[in-house]
Amino acid sequence: MPKSRNDKLQGTLTLLVLRTLKSRGSLHGYGICEHISRVSGDLLQLEEGSLYPALHRMEQDGWISSQWEITDKGRKAKFYTMSPRGEEQLADENETWSRLARGVTRVLRYS
Amino acid sequence: MAWLDRWRNVFRAESLNREIEDELQYHLAETVDRLVAEGMSEQNAWRAARLRLGNYSAQKERTRDMNIATWLDATRADFLYGIRQLRLDPGFATIAILSLALGIGGNTAIFQLIDAVCLKNLPVQNPEELVAVDFEKGSSRPGVWYGRSAAVSSQQWELIRDQQRVFRSVAAWSPDRFNLADGGEPRMAEGLYVSGDFFEVLGVNALLGRTLTVKDDSAACNPGMVLSYAFWQREFAGDPGVLQRSIRLGGRAIPILGVMPAAFFGVQVGNQFDLALPLCADRLLANDQQGRARIPFSWWLSILGRLKPGETVASASAQLRTLSPGIMQSSLPPAYQPDTAKRFLQNKMFAVEGGSGFSRLRDDYERPLWLLMAITGLVLLIACANLANLLLARASVREREIAIRLAIGASRSRLVRQLLVESLLVALAGSALGMLLAVSLSGALVAFLSTADNSLFVDLTLDWRILGFTTVLGVLTCLLVGLLPAWRATHRAPVAAMQAAGRSVTAGNRQSSLRRMLVITQVSLSFVLLFGSLLFVRSLQNLLHIDSGFQADGLLTVNLDFSSVSYPKERRLALWREMQDRLSVIPGVVSLAQASITPLSGSSWDGVVGGDATPASGSTKSAFFTEVGPGYFQTMGTPLLAGREFNDRDTSTSPKVAIVDEIFARNIFGGANPIGRSFHMTADRGKPEPVYEVVGLVRRSKYGELRENFKPLAYFAIVQTNNLDPSATFVLRTAGPPVQVMDGVKATIAALGPSIGINFHPLSVQLQNSLLRDRLMATLSAGFGFLAVLLATLGLYGVISYMVAQRRNEIGIRIALGADRSNVIRLILREALFLLGCGLAMGNILALFAGKAAATLLFGLEPHDVVSLMAASLLLALIALLASYLPAKKAADGNPMAALRNE
Repeated sequence: MPKSRNDKLQGTLTLLVLRTLKSRGSLHGYGICEHISRVSGDLLQLEEGSLYPALHRMEQDGWISSQWEITDKGRKAKFYTMSPRGEEQLADENETWSRLARGVTRVLRYS
Repeated sequence: MAWLDRWRNVFRAESLNREIEDELQYHLAETVDRLVAEGMSEQNAWRAARLRLGNYSAQKERTRDMNIATWLDATRADFLYGIRQLRLDPGFATIAILSLALGIGGNTAIFQLIDAVCLKNLPVQNPEELVAVDFEKGSSRPGVWYGRSAAVSSQQWELIRDQQRVFRSVAAWSPDRFNLADGGEPRMAEGLYVSGDFFEVLGVNALLGRTLTVKDDSAACNPGMVLSYAFWQREFAGDPGVLQRSIRLGGRAIPILGVMPAAFFGVQVGNQFDLALPLCADRLLANDQQGRARIPFSWWLSILGRLKPGETVASASAQLRTLSPGIMQSSLPPAYQPDTAKRFLQNKMFAVEGGSGFSRLRDDYERPLWLLMAITGLVLLIACANLANLLLARASVREREIAIRLAIGASRSRLVRQLLVESLLVALAGSALGMLLAVSLSGALVAFLSTADNSLFVDLTLDWRILGFTTVLGVLTCLLVGLLPAWRATHRAPVAAMQAAGRSVTAGNRQSSLRRMLVITQVSLSFVLLFGSLLFVRSLQNLLHIDSGFQADGLLTVNLDFSSVSYPKERRLALWREMQDRLSVIPGVVSLAQASITPLSGSSWDGVVGGDATPASGSTKSAFFTEVGPGYFQTMGTPLLAGREFNDRDTSTSPKVAIVDEIFARNIFGGANPIGRSFHMTADRGKPEPVYEVVGLVRRSKYGELRENFKPLAYFAIVQTNNLDPSATFVLRTAGPPVQVMDGVKATIAALGPSIGINFHPLSVQLQNSLLRDRLMATLSAGFGFLAVLLATLGLYGVISYMVAQRRNEIGIRIALGADRSNVIRLILREALFLLGCGLAMGNILALFAGKAAATLLFGLEPHDVVSLMAASLLLALIALLASYLPAKKAADGNPMAALRNE
C-alpha cells in the first residue's frame, strides 16, 4: 500500500491537525495520528517524528492550546485543543488547499 | 505571546525537556500497545515504535527548539559555560574580578561625588531657570566679608531687586551659624538668613506649616523660622506639634513656622541648612540691635533670581552690567577714600547660572575630584590591560580546542561570543562588586572631608546617572578586556594553531608581542600613577614641615562668647583681665594670651599702611593685622627678634604701639631696624589716621592658611583698640595634650558666668584640617598608585612566566648542552628589562603631562619634580625585576631532563 511520505504532506500537516482537532475536540498526538490514518483509510500516514515539533510550533503560534490529562488507561497524556485563532487559521488553510487542489486538478486534466 | 513564552522557556528548559520526554513516551507506549495487540512481541514492538518515531533525541531537540528562543538559549549556555570556566580557575577569577571591582568602584565613587558636588542641580523647581548675581573679576569692594559666596550689601540688594527687569522674582540669602546652647560649649546650627520671597523664588513648599513670606521680612520684623527636615528629625524627633514651639536664639524665642521637605538642603552644595530666618532677624539678633543692613560696606548677601520666560543668562548679564554704574553710585560707602571710591564705581555685576547652587566644596574640590577620576580611570585601564593579558594567556592554552572547533565548522561569531561572554561575566561581577564598593567609598570620602567645624552634607543617593555611568564603564571594560583576546584566538589558521600548541619555540610570536605591548602599557601607566602619588605625598610633606612661625603642638585656642550675658562695655576690659588671671592658674597651662585673630582660623583683617611720615591715604602698601595681649609671642612660640612684647604699661591712654614681623619691616621700612619708627593706618574719611610706634620685631608667621606666602603682619595691643566685641579669644600653651586642660577651663569660665559660651580649637587640629585636601590627594593617589604597581607587577610576572613556560624546552636544551644557569637567568631578565625600559620611557613622557594637570595642587614642588621621577622609576624597576626574577630562577633551577621528556 503506497504511503504518503511526510515531505509531500509538509504544507498540509497543520491543515490536517487543525481539521482533526475541529472534528474530534481535544486529542493527544497519538490520537491525531490514528485519526488521520483511520479517516483517510490508511492513505495518509503522518510521519510521527514531524508531528510533535509541528504541534509545539502551533501551540507557540497560539492556534492550539494544551493540557495534561489522565487517559482511560491511566496514562498521562498531553491533550491539544483548538483555539479561536486556530479556527481562523484552519479556514485560511482550507481555502489555500482548495485553491491548490483545484489548480493541480486543472493542470492534470489539461490535454 | 509566542516570543514571550519562548523567552520564558529558556529559563525553564529543564521542565520543558521533561514534558517533551513525557509526551513522546506516551506516544511510544500507545504505539507499543497497539503493536502488541496486533501480535508483536513487546521487545519488537518497542523497537518498531522507536523506528517509526525516527531519531528520538533529534525529535526531542527539534520539538524543544520550537519552544525556545534559540539564540537566547545559546547565550544562556555560553554563560553557564563561562561560569564553569571561571570556577575552574578561581585564582584568575578572583584577581580579575577584584581588580576590576577596585577600578570600577573607585571610578564610580569619585563620579558619585563629582555628580553630587558639581553636576547635580538643586532639588528645586526648574533649577535651570535660576541665576546668581556676581561681580566681575578684579572688582574692588573693601569692607567686611561674610562667607565666600557673599556678594552684595543690603543696600545693593534692594537696588537690584527694585531695578532689575529680567527676573520674574529675585531673592537674597546669607549663611550664618547659630549657637543653640545657653552658655558652655556651643551647640551649633547651620542657619540661613533669607529674604521674604526666597522660598517662592526656589519654588519649594513646606512639608509642614508654611515657608517664610515677604510679610515675615518686613520693617517691623516679627520673625519666625523654618526648619530643615533633618533638623526637625534630629532636634524634635519629627514631632508634628513642633509648629507650636519656638527656639531660643541670642536670648530671644523665635517661633517655628514650618518644616521643609527632606530633599531640600538649601542652596549650598556640601552644606545642609538647619533653620532659616528672614533677613530682618539679623538686626534683632545683632549685639548692637543694628545688624549688617545698616553698614554700607558689609558684604553679606548672595542673590538668586528666577529668569522670566525668554530671558537667558546672557541677557541677564547684559542688564546687570547696564545697571551696575547706577547701583554702585547709590550704594557707595561714604567712608571710602577718593581713589577707593573711584575703583568701586567701576565695579560691574553679571549673571551666572545658579541651578546647581553655590558651593565652597565645589570651588575647593572640583579640580581634585576630576584629577582623582583620571587616576581611578588609569587604574581601571591597567586592570583592563592586566585582564586582557590573563585572558590572552588562557586563550592560548585553549588555542588547540578552538582550532579544532573551527576546523569542524563551528561559526567564528559563535566562538567569539563564547569568549566574550567570559569577559562579560568578569565585567559584570566586577561592576556589581564595584558598585557596592563605591557606596562605602564615597561615604568614607565625605566623612574624611568633614571636620568638627564643617560637617559636609553631600547627597549621595544612587540615581540613574550613577547607574548609567557604572553600566557604561562595565560594558566598556568588557569590550576592552574581551574583544582583543577573542578576536586574536579565532583568527589564527587552525592548522598552525594545532601544530603550535605547546610545541614550537617561535610560535605565538604575534600573540606574545601583543601581550608585551599590554605589559608595556601597564608599566607606563602605573609609572604615571606612582609618580603622581609621589608628587602628592611630597607636597603634603612639604606642607607638614612648613615653617608656620609658631609651635602648634600644645596650643589651644579658647573662644569665649558672652553676648547672652550682656556685660556692659566698660566692664569688659576688667572681665578679660580676670579671665586671664583665673585661666593662668589652671594646672597644665604654661602661659596664655589674648588675641583677636588666631592664625589659620580663617578670619582676617587687612588695610593700607604708610611708613613713618607717609599717610596711609597716599600709600600703596598694605598689611594684615591682629590684636594681641601681653605674652602672646611667648605663648605662640614666635621668637621676638628685637624690642619688647606688649606689657601692662600699654593701656588705652598710653601712646599707640605695635609689634611688626620681618616681612612688614622689609615692606614698609625697607628692612631697616623698625624699633622706634612709626606707621600710619587708614581711617574712615574725615577722621585722622592713627599712628603707631613700633616697639617690637618678631619672626614671620603664617596668617590665613599654610599654603600662602608670608604676609606683612602688624600686631596691635588689644587694650588700645576699640574692639570691645562681646567675645574674646585666648591662646593657651599647655604642658601636655590640650585636651587635659579643657575641663579646668570650662569650670573656671562657668564660675565667672554660666551662660558664657565656650569653644575649643587645638591649633594642631586646625592645622591638620587646613591640609585636608592635600591629605586626601596624597592618601588616595598613594593607594591607587600602590594598586596600579601591584597590577603591573602581576602582569609582568604573568608574561615572563608564560615566556618561560613556552621556552622551557629551549632552556632545557641549553642547560643540557652546558649553559650556565646564570646565563639562563640573564636571558630571561633581558626580556623583562626590555619591557620595563619601554614602559618607563613611555611613562616618563606621560608623567610630564600628568604633572602639569596636578600643578595647581602642589606645594613647594615643580610639576616635573626630578626626585619623584627618579624614585618612581627606581621603585618600579625594583619591583618589576623581582617579579621577573622569580620565574627566571625557576626556569634555571628546573631539571632539564624533565623539560625535555615532557616534549
